Amino acid sequence: MELANYRIEIYYTIPDSRGIVLKNKLHHLGFHVHQCVRTDNYLINIPLTDIQIDKVARALIQPVTQNYTINNPYVPDHFTYAIEIGYLPGVTDNVAHTTREMIEDIFKIHCDPEKCVFTSSTYFLWGDLNGEDVHEISLELYNPLIQRASILTYNDYSARKGFGNFIPVVTLHEDSKAEEVSLDVSQEELIALGKEGIKNPDGTRRGPLALDLLSLEAIRKYYKDIEKRNPTDVELESIAQTWSEHCKHTIFAAQLDDIKDGIFKHYIKEATLRIRREKGKHDICVSVFSDNAGGIEFDDDYVIADKVETHNSPSALDPFGGAITGIVGVNRDAIGFGLGAKPVANRYGFCFANPFDTKPLYKSKDTNSKMLSPRRIMEGVIHGVNVGGNCSGIPTPQGFVYFDDRYKGKPLVFVGTVGLIPKKIKGKSSVHKKAMPGDNIVMVGGRVGRDGIHGATFSSEALTSGSPATAVQIGDPITQKKFSDAIVKEARDKGLYHSITDNGAGGLSCSVSEMAREAGGFIVYLEKVPLKYPGLSPWQIWVSESQERMTLSVPDETLEDFLNLMKRRGVEAWVIGKFTDSGRGIVYYNGEIVFNIDLHFLHEGLPQKKLSSTYAPQSHPYPKFDDPDNVTEHFIAMVKRLNTASFEFISTQYDHEVQGNSVIKPLQGKGKVNGNTTVIRPVLKSTKGVVLSQGLYPSYSDIDTYWMAACSIDTAIRNAIATGCDFDRLAILDNFCWCDSTNPYRLGQLKEAARACYDFAVAYKTPFISGKDSMFNDFKGYDENFNEVFISVPPTLLISSIGVVSDIAYCQTLDFKKAGDYIYILGITRDELGGSEYLAYMGEKLSGEKYIGDTIPHVDTIVNTKVYRVIEKALREGLIASSISIERGGIALALAKSAMGGLLGANINLRDIPQEDIHRNDTLLFSESQGRILVSIEPDNKSKFEKLCKDITFAKIGQVTDNSLITITGLNGKEIVSASVIDLHSAYKSTFSEF
Amino acid sequence: MAKPKALILTGYGINCDEETRFSFELAGANPTIIHINDIIENKSLLNSYQIFAFPGGFSYGDDTGSGKALANKIKHNLYEEMMSFINRDTLMIGICNGFQVMVNLGIVPGLSQPIGNVEVSLEHNATFRFQCRWVDLIINPHSNCVFTKGIERLHIPVAHGEGNFIAPQHIIDKLTKNNQIIMQYIKPDGSLAQGQFPYNPNGSIMDIAAISDTTGRIMGMMPHPERHVYFMQRDDWTYVREVSKRQNKEIPQFGEGLQIFKNAVEYYK
Repeated sequence: MELANYRIEIYYTIPDSRGIVLKNKLHHLGFHVHQCVRTDNYLINIPLTDIQIDKVARALIQPVTQNYTINNPYVPDHFTYAIEIGYLPGVTDNVAHTTREMIEDIFKIHCDPEKCVFTSSTYFLWGDLNGEDVHEISLELYNPLIQRASILTYNDYSARKGFGNFIPVVTLHEDSKAEEVSLDVSQEELIALGKEGIKNPDGTRRGPLALDLLSLEAIRKYYKDIEKRNPTDVELESIAQTWSEHCKHTIFAAQLDDIKDGIFKHYIKEATLRIRREKGKHDICVSVFSDNAGGIEFDDDYVIADKVETHNSPSALDPFGGAITGIVGVNRDAIGFGLGAKPVANRYGFCFANPFDTKPLYKSKDTNSKMLSPRRIMEGVIHGVNVGGNCSGIPTPQGFVYFDDRYKGKPLVFVGTVGLIPKKIKGKSSVHKKAMPGDNIVMVGGRVGRDGIHGATFSSEALTSGSPATAVQIGDPITQKKFSDAIVKEARDKGLYHSITDNGAGGLSCSVSEMAREAGGFIVYLEKVPLKYPGLSPWQIWVSESQERMTLSVPDETLEDFLNLMKRRGVEAWVIGKFTDSGRGIVYYNGEIVFNIDLHFLHEGLPQKKLSSTYAPQSHPYPKFDDPDNVTEHFIAMVKRLNTASFEFISTQYDHEVQGNSVIKPLQGKGKVNGNTTVIRPVLKSTKGVVLSQGLYPSYSDIDTYWMAACSIDTAIRNAIATGCDFDRLAILDNFCWCDSTNPYRLGQLKEAARACYDFAVAYKTPFISGKDSMFNDFKGYDENFNEVFISVPPTLLISSIGVVSDIAYCQTLDFKKAGDYIYILGITRDELGGSEYLAYMGEKLSGEKYIGDTIPHVDTIVNTKVYRVIEKALREGLIASSISIERGGIALALAKSAMGGLLGANINLRDIPQEDIHRNDTLLFSESQGRILVSIEPDNKSKFEKLCKDITFAKIGQVTDNSLITITGLNGKEIVSASVIDLHSAYKSTFSEF
Repeated sequence: MAKPKALILTGYGINCDEETRFSFELAGANPTIIHINDIIENKSLLNSYQIFAFPGGFSYGDDTGSGKALANKIKHNLYEEMMSFINRDTLMIGICNGFQVMVNLGIVPGLSQPIGNVEVSLEHNATFRFQCRWVDLIINPHSNCVFTKGIERLHIPVAHGEGNFIAPQHIIDKLTKNNQIIMQYIKPDGSLAQGQFPYNPNGSIMDIAAISDTTGRIMGMMPHPERHVYFMQRDDWTYVREVSKRQNKEIPQFGEGLQIFKNAVEYYK
């Protein structure tokens, strides 16, 4: 056990809000805690003098509010328990890194980045607590996958003189040589190799290669026929990464039934190709499906790129680490787009289980295998994106939350980044890049550890030994911010490199191989790759997923300038090899070749899978219940559903104003209502804007994934148009988060959704520019009674939209602006309550379980296009005073949001709503028919507006009032809703008030 | 007279440098963004500037406390040059994280001479959560602060996790007496927020949002004036536009924060 020579404890001399907020939270969770105090501890293992360490301590405190102790524990008066939380070995400790840099700067010395400084926090608690309580409290404070906790009573703490100077130094003794792996084995052994991984000398296995028999046989054949030898472990691990589902999207590429070229090529890519062809010179696409992100034209000078990723499994294990790594990771997709785009906006989307559900889930039949609660997952994920986005100085305006109990086993965490890049740099296209033979391979950013290798399979080992915790990682936004600025704001414009890409999944093995496609080959010297700690095997260095790294190709002529610039910006950079045109990838480790593969085989050798599916839409009997006479109660209940309520607490903790680019904000109107669309102005000197929105209807998948996908696309487009986007400059992105994807029925659902993607993208001429899939979002484990459960997420398709508005002055918000304005609805309402939020609500209310129904909304693109064109024109003529796209919750929700946004009332008459065959008030109010938009118009603009609408279905359905009351007249002429806007507003804000 | 030259600091997680430069440019200054390491390498750089801006951001990720690590870097590499810059007839502004850095350097409020003692603190928000919100501010009409001359109220956003202004009573008394409390959070009706969230977004004592040094040439503020230099940056612009249109009033082009930067330029006219 290693001990630091100094332990500095920093405590507050005034009440600390961190302690107060924690006390309130613990109180809320039912613990009898009266007081809570926190210290920040720095463990410093550097040979400093007493005077020097005192100087360090003084640099670490705020002298007005804090004081410190050195090697002498802070002992507050008679606390009940103390809990110390520190990191496990190898977990990123950003505060420790900053402290080390500070010490290095003060004394002008150099310290080992991973061995000298560590941090921990101590929580002192006063209250009526027993050992079990404090254990439960500790679980609120730490995550055993990445952290350790120690608990002491006052007496023990005093007797032992605090928590001591232990530091979690990594000690590793891996084999530093490449191993030969024999493929000349039985089929059984080959299957085991793919499923469980390469055998260690002690007979244990390294963790899954995730290669199926078909792939392994192709590899065996390649080595037998072409290389005439066995592969090394470095090669096998690397092929496994390159051919993984994550990198190659094997299911989207597989032959599925009669679709020989796979659903990605056949539906998604083909839709884009066709749209680009049809749009001809009006094509907006600049770079699609080939780079880290997809790019469309912003104006004559700039391109905007967009990418949306998912980070689901890591977020289930460590919600904070998973989410921060996700957002900071997708930032690198922007930085790695073309020659490097500047991130100008983040997106987020979270699918969680009910955070108020306290029934536990277990991984195994062991109480110690308890999964994190939905509340912990939600809090951690939200906080992870907070820190990642805010620290990076990238605004995070656009996002959503969605709840369904089937996300209890695995949450979905969508993170996206929009980037901005000039079309040309030094007269050359900045979007196209090419690593050239002879270029140096340069890695910048962080060092390499065992992070992310084989994901979760190492996690249990990590808990017990000095081996690093590798299952989950914690992003380091500042390291990334430094190289992002140095690259995107300086090196790029000086033309110091030829190509750049992100180090994401598969680490160097994937980024170098990917860039080598441009040059034709590579040679890498693994011993030149900087490590966080010694003892990594060559295969681990090659596939490690340590974060905050980019790979660049830098020609000899500019290498010195490049390295010099990085040094001056505090960015670490290392030359690790050269690009070649040999057609081969060659990796040396200490003089020996450990990897030597034909690149064509590496990239194209993966045999195509053949899959088959079955499909039929699901029919759910239409629930029978009466149309309520008085809808007021339901109207109010519908604005406070998890899926409809205000999530202001998220919007306000994400900085959406940084860069000064915010135009249409996440919270709109005096009532600060969450809109579904935001607009940014990425070039402050231009009046053009970028419009961001999304559509997502997982509940519709329970009926028919074809119409689920259609509605998602229609919504993503309609939201953007209703806010002001140019219809002709709109593109979309797809994120499929599926489940159990070896099951033919799930594949059938997938195929139907992909088919709809083609049909509706083509019909609206909105090309797909980028996408990502995550095919196995399932949980296998045990419920609170240790009954076996298999929980699959509902097939979830997120369609994100990105478009350009040619003048931000065309944009409009959702809030009613003035009493007396007329309220109009555009589009037709049908009996389309299937999968709706209203049926879910009524089912829960009347039967304890959501109703589903079967009348899923359909999409008529010809009719809807006309509506969207009218809105587009009316916004450009300044005729619209408020505008909201009708989505989840139907007319009722849209009306409520506009009223709450403006803090104004409204009178509505349901008999005026254009509709087909609806005889119930609730159906009219809550049906989720697509293609509809609710607007308010100044009375003076009535005739102009109605003239614009002459070819579409529309109607004036009411008026904005200043009596703060929403009244709705039903089909029978009677008042069915009379709700105070103030009551409605407080219900809307109440749902997440404790978060 | 030539446009005053403004140095906008960047590096190590500062992230509001570009919009701060843009605001100075819009106001008529001649701003340049410079990395702190370039100044350390060439310390005489400071001599040719009249205005120095510490922009907002997350220098060193707020690790060890917001603004502290960057303040330490300046203390150990650039302190004398910084002091001689201040002693000339120059202006200095710190916004958000920049304010936190200035507090940790003892540049504001700078009550005791020589300056450089940490006298106040910007602590974690009372909610212990990052708050990005639009706030209303009242400006001290009796202060000698260059940046706020002629401004009565401001509607601009805050975005911070550590903006909770704390100081011992004797310091508060001096700040009050010297009119160094420049901005305070108010409710929309114009009365002081009196600590009430969200009008006072962080729990600051006396609703303090900005303070100056004794000369009025240096100001530190938590809210972000550089995020409201255009009308269409404000949170309620679609509403204000609608009201203005119907009253046949002109729709403004610029935002309220711009005057802060214009005042800096004006100082050199």
